[in-house]
Amino acid sequence: MTEHKHQHNQKDPACLEVFAKLSEYLDGELDRLECDHIEEHIADCPPCVEFLRGLKRCVETSREFEGQGNCPKMPPEMEEKLREAWQNALKRRENAH
Amino acid sequence: MPNASASSPEVEWARRLLEGDATAFTPFVESFQHRIFQYTWLMCGQREDAEEVAQDTLLKVFESFDQLQDPSRVKAWVFRIAKNYCLMKRRKSVFAPDREYSLDELLPGSEESARTIQVADSGALPEEQVLRAELASHLEEALAELPELYRSVVLLRDVEGLSTSEAAEVLDIKEDAVKQRLHRGRLALRKSLARYTPAGTGEASR
Repeated sequence: MTEHKHQHNQKDPACLEVFAKLSEYLDGELDRLECDHIEEHIADCPPCVEFLRGLKRCVETSREFEGQGNCPKMPPEMEEKLREAWQNALKRRENAH
Repeated sequence: MPNASASSPEVEWARRLLEGDATAFTPFVESFQHRIFQYTWLMCGQREDAEEVAQDTLLKVFESFDQLQDPSRVKAWVFRIAKNYCLMKRRKSVFAPDREYSLDELLPGSEESARTIQVADSGALPEEQVLRAELASHLEEALAELPELYRSVVLLRDVEGLSTSEAAEVLDIKEDAVKQRLHRGRLALRKSLARYTPAGTGEASR
């Protein structure tokens, strides 16, 4: 068990700074220096680690979301209309070249 | 982050469709029909609208397929059309009204911090799978509670897997705005879903 070196709350500037960048950190959108800074902070801040874990869990849940699932099958006449539109677009593309 | 869609099946299907390959037609239609249906339903909460927007979007997509310049951007192109149909079609949203979150209100409160510290110290989390399943069952409700500003970005980036630049193209906003809205949207979702995580994750043992 790690001893808490500081309180994780709304007034801690170090936590606040990390807090603002956690999504970019999770998405791999920060440069090496910024990543090092965050990792240095969270190595010493179990509440921030736990918060990051909760945020990551939330993002992964969204990524796995199956949603309503039961989109009705396209009516055959609609599918035919789409195929026709696609074929016409291809002809126009061919003529343009 | 690299373009998440560059090598997705949709990109490959779009390339093949541009070459006239009919075997790519059905998987392309089924994939986008489902995605647009889900996006529209979660944006405005009307099943009938979601079905219609999916069909209207696909018809528009194929009618203008000769204008698809870059197949690697097909997801952004299709979702931009879907978003516009969604806006046109939409009745009054049944979901949360639009408002902006400040970062402050999304910070964990002191009570929550105490709880998460306890969770961290429990050294456990073997129930991760159960916890994820529990969260998944409440995600739709939590998404519905998000103001539209954030919901649209979270849906495009996290649920539909578009890159930051693709989401920016769909919503016609700058990439920095996508990042800011995504972060606040995720924080709000986390806060909302935190309601469902205490039991069995350490708090009960206190």
